[in-house]
Amino acid sequence: MRTTIPLMLALIAGLAATAPAAAQAPADELRRYEAVARAEDPAWAGFSAERGERFFQSTHGGDWSCATCHLRTPTAAGRHVVTGKAIEPLAPAANPQRFTRADKIEKWFTRNCNDVLRRPCTAREKGDVLAWLLSLGR
Amino acid sequence: MAHMWIMVSLWSALAAVEPAVAAEPPLPASPAAAYSEECGSCHLAYPARLLPRASWNVVLDGLAQHFGQNASVDAATLRLLRAHLDAGARQVRAGDRTRDGSPILRITELPWFREEHRRFDRDDAWRRASIGSAANCGACHRDADQGRFDEHAIRVPK
Repeated sequence: MRTTIPLMLALIAGLAATAPAAAQAPADELRRYEAVARAEDPAWAGFSAERGERFFQSTHGGDWSCATCHLRTPTAAGRHVVTGKAIEPLAPAANPQRFTRADKIEKWFTRNCNDVLRRPCTAREKGDVLAWLLSLGR
Repeated sequence: MAHMWIMVSLWSALAAVEPAVAAEPPLPASPAAAYSEECGSCHLAYPARLLPRASWNVVLDGLAQHFGQNASVDAATLRLLRAHLDAGARQVRAGDRTRDGSPILRITELPWFREEHRRFDRDDAWRRASIGSAANCGACHRDADQGRFDEHAIRVPK
């Protein structure tokens, strides 16, 4: 018994460590951004799909926009502008896998906002873009 | 004997809280899965055998400036990527280094690649809209995403 308990604890800890990040719906992510945006500014009026579309299509003073790789209509497949590799559609209506894993969402916003804006995106910007993407193809 | 039963019941309790069907696979835990997910999103997950280890190491150490883009990953992922590339890297051959002795980082600059593709340099076929760049192996090699480059699977698009 003396050796079994530590062994059991180790086994349970091991299982917990390898458990997958919980799957979520894109709307859960939107609610998370909303909570952050609201905390930053109680007078904030909410996300705007229209603003999200403008943000997505704009180059923000640089060379690239989100649409440079995801194309202007992200219900269809995109294409990496440097390598030419196909990119699965970004809009959840066309690709149900999108925006279902928090770690993946943050990884790609971090990477891509840096490529397009040379800075991280704010919760408001991410929420606007997601609101627009969720409005597509429905 | 009692502790056996405790263990069994613990196991079944744990199994019961696991979701029946995961909407998405868990984060990649194997070197191969990490490589395919992290590196294969922006470009083909180039087979490890296409570059020697010295080249892969320079690429991995410079992911923050990866051919003009920040492709950095966390430390745990980096270890998985290195394990995958270390295990499959190709034997060093003549021409794997530049004249100043540093490892060549672009597969497309290795002598064997230049030789195999020399007929496409003439009309700059790489720039065709249907191909995009020499990095887009899959545009012509229809089996590239399976890590194969069979001659019979080549279809050069117009």
